[in-house]
Amino acid sequence: MGLTSSSTGLGALGAGLSIERRPAAGRVVALAGNPNVGKSTVFNELTGLNQHTGNWPGKTVTNAQGVCQYQGADYIFVDLPGTYSLMAHSAEEEVARNFLCFGGADAVVVVCDATCLERNLNLVLQTMEITRNVVVCVNLMDEAKKKKIRVDLEKLEQVLGVPVVGASARSGRGLDALMERVSAVANGREHPSPAPVGYTRLLEDAVSMVAPAVKAAAGDRIDPRWAALRLLDSDESLVSSMSEQLGLCLAEQPEVKAALSRAEQSLSQYALGREAVKDRIVSCLVVAAEEACRKCVFQEDASCNERDRKLDRLLTSRRTGIPIMLLLLAAVFWLTITGANVPSGLLAGVLFWIQDRLSELFLALGAPAWLHGLLVLGVYRTLAWVVSVMLPPMAIFFPLFTLLEDFGYLPRVAFNLDHFFKKAHACGKQALTMCMGFGCNAAGIVGCRIIDSPRERLIAIVTNSFVPCNGRFPTLIAIITMFFAGGIAGPLQSAASALILTGVILLGVAMTFLVSGLLSKTILKGMPSSFTLELPPYRRPQIGKVIVRSLLDRTLFVLGRAAAVAAPAGMILWLMANVTVGGATLLSICSGFLDPFARLLGLDGVILLAFILGFPANEIVVPIIIMAYLSTGTLLDMSDLAELHTLLVSHGWTWATAVSTMLFCLMHWPCSTTCLTIRKETQSFKWTAISFLVPTLIGMAVCFLFTTAVRLLGLA
Amino acid sequence: MERHQYRLSELEEGQTGRVHDILATGSMRRRLQDLGIIQGTDIECLLKSPCGDPIAYFIRGAAIALRAEDSNDILVSI
Repeated sequence: MGLTSSSTGLGALGAGLSIERRPAAGRVVALAGNPNVGKSTVFNELTGLNQHTGNWPGKTVTNAQGVCQYQGADYIFVDLPGTYSLMAHSAEEEVARNFLCFGGADAVVVVCDATCLERNLNLVLQTMEITRNVVVCVNLMDEAKKKKIRVDLEKLEQVLGVPVVGASARSGRGLDALMERVSAVANGREHPSPAPVGYTRLLEDAVSMVAPAVKAAAGDRIDPRWAALRLLDSDESLVSSMSEQLGLCLAEQPEVKAALSRAEQSLSQYALGREAVKDRIVSCLVVAAEEACRKCVFQEDASCNERDRKLDRLLTSRRTGIPIMLLLLAAVFWLTITGANVPSGLLAGVLFWIQDRLSELFLALGAPAWLHGLLVLGVYRTLAWVVSVMLPPMAIFFPLFTLLEDFGYLPRVAFNLDHFFKKAHACGKQALTMCMGFGCNAAGIVGCRIIDSPRERLIAIVTNSFVPCNGRFPTLIAIITMFFAGGIAGPLQSAASALILTGVILLGVAMTFLVSGLLSKTILKGMPSSFTLELPPYRRPQIGKVIVRSLLDRTLFVLGRAAAVAAPAGMILWLMANVTVGGATLLSICSGFLDPFARLLGLDGVILLAFILGFPANEIVVPIIIMAYLSTGTLLDMSDLAELHTLLVSHGWTWATAVSTMLFCLMHWPCSTTCLTIRKETQSFKWTAISFLVPTLIGMAVCFLFTTAVRLLGLA
Repeated sequence: MERHQYRLSELEEGQTGRVHDILATGSMRRRLQDLGIIQGTDIECLLKSPCGDPIAYFIRGAAIALRAEDSNDILVSI
C-alpha cells in the first residue's frame, strides 16, 4: 500500500527513529529483516495498522509500534528498520542492533524473503548470536512457489535450531502459525536452541579467550560469545552503545582488556589483523548461510527469473529505458487529467448548487450580509473550490503512483537516472526520494533517510521540493488546461495537457540535477559516495486494494486539510476583501503592496499573495486566486474552466502570466509541513532556511528571466 | 589453474565471474560483504542501465546495481 495518510503530510512529521518500550503489560516482539522482504506487510497484518508499504528497499525508515492480540494476550510489535546486517554500518543498523541487544524484547521475528533466502539467513544468523528467542518467518512463500523455489521449512528449523514458519503475508497466510510460535517463545513455553555459527579454529580460540572475561564483567546482560566477537572485530559503535545502555564500558574492564590483548596477540601471530578478523567473521557467516541453504532451498527451475529479466531489459535498457519512463509518466498524467474531468464537473455542479441554496437560506432567515459573506462566500466557497478542482486529480494520481510503486518500478527509475545523479555528485537513491516527492514532499524528506551519506542526504532534502507534490499537480493541470490545451478539441485535449505537464515535470527534474550539482560544488562540496541499489522482483500490485484504500485515504486527507486550512484561509480572504482601511480593501492594499515585485516575476500581487497564503497547503493556491478575483468580478458558471479562463484574462492574465505562475508553482518555498519535517530531519535551522530559500530564489530568478525575455522580445 | 582475471565492471551482460578479491575498503567493503560478496561468490552481470553505469548484477538470488567505481574494486575470474 503506497503513501498513506500516516506517511504523508503531518503524519510524516511524527515519524521518529527512536524506540520506546512501553511500560504497559504485554510481551514485546521485535520485527527484524532485510529491506523489502514484506516486514511492514507482516506488521500491518498483525497489528491492523497502516504502515506505508511499497516495493523498494529501505522504505521503512521509521519505527512503528503496534499491538497484536493473540489468544487474549497483548503482543507489542516493534517494526525495526530493514537492514542487511547488524554490524552497525549505518544509523538504521545501529538502531536495530541496539533494540535487539538492549530493548528487552521477549522474542524477535526475523522476516525473510523466500525467493532470496540465502542472503536473508545472514541476518538470521547474526540475530541468533544476540538472542536465543528468535522466530524465523519465511515470507513471500507464494512468490517462491511461482518462481519454482522450494523451501524445506522443517529442515531449516532443524538446521537453525529456532522455530521457522512459512508465510505469505500479503494474503495473510501463515500469520496464525507465526503468532502461535511467537507466543510460545515469548512466554517461555518453547526454548529455541540456535545452532552457533562455526568460525575458523583461530577465531574460535580467540573467542574462547575473551568470552569468559565478558561474562564475568557483564553477566547475562549480553551474550558473551557475541560480545567477544564484536570486541575482536573492533565494533566501536557497540562498545559505545554498551556504555550508554548498560553503563558499562566493556573494553575498559581490566580482565576483558587483558583477554582481548592476549587474543589479538595470538591472532596476529597468524597475520590476522583487525581488518582480516572482520573479513573472516563475515565470510564465516556468509558460508554458514550458504550451507544452510544448500540443505533447505531447492531451485527447481532456473529459468524462473526470466520474466523479471525480460521486463528489466524493456524498462531499463539503453534504447527503451528512458523513453518508456517518460511514456509511463505521461500516461499517468493523461489518466489523471482525463479521469478528473468528469468528477470535477459533477462535484462543482453539486457544490455550487448547494451554495445557492445556502444563500437562499441565509436570505430567508434574514441573516446579516456580512455573516452570509463570511460563511458562504468565504468559507464555503473556498472549500467548494478545493474539493471540486483540487480533489479529483489528487485522488486519481495518488493510487496510480502507488500502483507503480507496488509493482517495483521506482528502483528501476533510480537505476535509469543514477548516472545523472552521479554527475551531480549525488546519491542514486535520491531518485527514490524524488519520486516520493510526487506524492508528498514531506514524505520525500523523511524518505531521505535511506541515503547514508549526510552530504548527499542534505542535497536530496534541499532539492526535494523541485518535484511538484500531489497538492501542486491540480494547479498545474488547471492552468495548462485553461491556457494551453483549451483550444484543442475532444480527447486530444487531455493528451496535450498530459504532454505539457510531463514537460513541466521534466523541468523540475532537470532543476533537481542542476541544483544538486551546484550544491555539490558550493556549500555541500564532496565526491559521490558508493552505494548499492537493490532491484527487487516485480510484484503484481494488489490493484483493488490499492485503489480503494489510497482513494479513500487521499479523499479523507484532502477533506481534512480543506477543513483545517482552506476554510480559515477562505475566511481570512473574505475579510481581507471586505474590510476597508482608508477606502481600500485590505486585499487590495496587500496585493497592491506585493504587485510591483510580483510584476517583475510575471505574476501579479494576487497570485503572489495566494502563494504566500498557500504556505500551509499548496492545494489552496488556485482557489485563493479565484476568490480574490471574484471579490472584484463575477463568475457565471462556476463549474466551467472556460469561464474561469475568462475571469483570469479579465484580470490581466496572458499566456506569459500562466507560464510564470506554473514556474513559480514548480519552484517556490516548500509548504509548512515540509518545512517542519526538514527542521526535524536535519535538526538544523540553517538547513531548513536553506531548503526554504534555494527553491524560492531559483524560482524567482527563473520567473524574472523568463518575464524579462518575453518583454524584451515583445511576445506578450 | 590458469584463469583470466577481470574487474567486475568489465563483464558483459550474461557473463558470470567468480570473486577473487575485494579491493574496496571501509564501509563499502562491509556493504558488499553484507550482500554476500566474499571470495568465491559467483556474480552474473545482468544488465546495464541506459547510460552504461550503474550495472545490475545477480548476487546470491538478488539483483543489485553497483556504480562502476565500486564494481571496479571487485576482481573476478572467468
